[in-house]
Amino acid sequence: MDDLWQAFFKAISLVVTLDDQLLEIVWLSLRLSLTAVGIALIIGLPLGAVLALTRFPGRRILNIIINVFMGLPPVVVGLFVYLLLSRSGPFGVMGLLFTPTAMIIAQVILVIPIVTAISRQVLEELYNEYDELLRSLDASWFRRITALVWDAKFSLTTAGLAGFGRAVSEVGAVMIVGGNIDHLTRVMTTAIALEARKGDLTMALSLGIVLMTVALGVNLVAYTITESAKRRHAR
Amino acid sequence: MLKNKFHLIISTLVLAFTLGSIKYANAESIILASTTSTQNSGLFDHILPAFTKETGITVNVVAVGTGAALKLARNGDADVLMVHHKTSEEKFVKDGFGVERFDLMHNDFVLVGPDNDPADIKSANSVVTALQQIEKQKTPFLSRGDDSGTNKRELELWHEASFDPKAVSGDWYRETGSGMGATLNTAVAMQGYALTDRATWLSYKNKQNMQVLFEGDKRLFNQYGIIIVNQNKHPHVKRKEANSFVDWLLSSKGQSLIASYKVAGEQLFTPDALK
Repeated sequence: MDDLWQAFFKAISLVVTLDDQLLEIVWLSLRLSLTAVGIALIIGLPLGAVLALTRFPGRRILNIIINVFMGLPPVVVGLFVYLLLSRSGPFGVMGLLFTPTAMIIAQVILVIPIVTAISRQVLEELYNEYDELLRSLDASWFRRITALVWDAKFSLTTAGLAGFGRAVSEVGAVMIVGGNIDHLTRVMTTAIALEARKGDLTMALSLGIVLMTVALGVNLVAYTITESAKRRHAR
Repeated sequence: MLKNKFHLIISTLVLAFTLGSIKYANAESIILASTTSTQNSGLFDHILPAFTKETGITVNVVAVGTGAALKLARNGDADVLMVHHKTSEEKFVKDGFGVERFDLMHNDFVLVGPDNDPADIKSANSVVTALQQIEKQKTPFLSRGDDSGTNKRELELWHEASFDPKAVSGDWYRETGSGMGATLNTAVAMQGYALTDRATWLSYKNKQNMQVLFEGDKRLFNQYGIIIVNQNKHPHVKRKEANSFVDWLLSSKGQSLIASYKVAGEQLFTPDALK
């Protein structure tokens, strides 16, 4: 129990003193995860919309595949991206291994299935409710999709937040493709793993508390934005 | 509208990739594949800033087990290799992946365990007898099990003790498949023995009732070598920067900096290049 209290106080002192090293890794974690979620949304939202709103052969199988990919072990994704980016791999010439870009690529792969599956779910429900109405208005296919996505925009933040949660908390993949290099690719999770390995469990745990606080902050910001937008919308 | 969206997508992607690449593009840097034991000991934080200040070259350390580090370097994913298993290092050079191997520094391995020492290895006259006593008592022994330098050495020692621990793996011989620190964490929790390099042990912070129980056998010598990855195999290797790093480490300046690294008043590594 003592250890837990110690970790808690250490976490507070780390945050209060604005430790430089801590700021650096928090900033890198946020930058990478938000970028990855952004890219994953750009790919996953349209994909989710297509899966929800159109009917084509193989759609069910694609749905199942995406659901399975939500459970993709990060270490496997890490190895996959490593083999692609390694100097001996197909994209080796780009020299991307052990850079933040490599970590973003791994995170994008991890986040896309989550974003796709959630947006498909949200849009499918709306579609069942409104599609007849939209059809009766004689709206074009493209108009119908954009109208539904627009209408679902608040629910779709959930997709982004779930994806962010996966990206920011993941350690296996970014450890392999980033290499946990100090001042370059060290993020919150790999720093926690490193401190735990050094036997500094208090430090590891307090970094964990800081990570939770950062995640809470991101969620609060997202919540505030959607709530105020909803209110403006209602008016 | 569609065209606008397309532009948005492209510019976001470009932005993401530039954000990701800013930091390594504008600075000279090399990648050093090394072991968890050297990283966990804190040695790099002690010596690398001095080198970067002097030459402007950043050394990016990727710390994995010796086996994994050799594999990384074979794939061309590192410029310099610093590991501790001489036989594998010499094979690496012989296979043409490394230019030349230099003795860099050494320390030693020790056997650690709970202070009540159930197998009484304190009284053993060699590391081989110590291991035989552990085997007789069937006290938990925690192995790295990760093909690291420490793991390779441990298996060689078991071999000398004429015992095949893999046969009882999962019984009292337990392979963690993780780094040195993680294995020590497990040994502490299971109150078992473990073989560790002295540097990791001294800087390790979760010792609880564990202590060094056997040391001093010459079989426990632990040497680190340094090798530049061969440009003939991997043309993108930053030969010039790698050379200046290795030259600096082997110079009197680098060597004395290694010698000056202490944890709790104890020197962790003895430099080997100046003899």
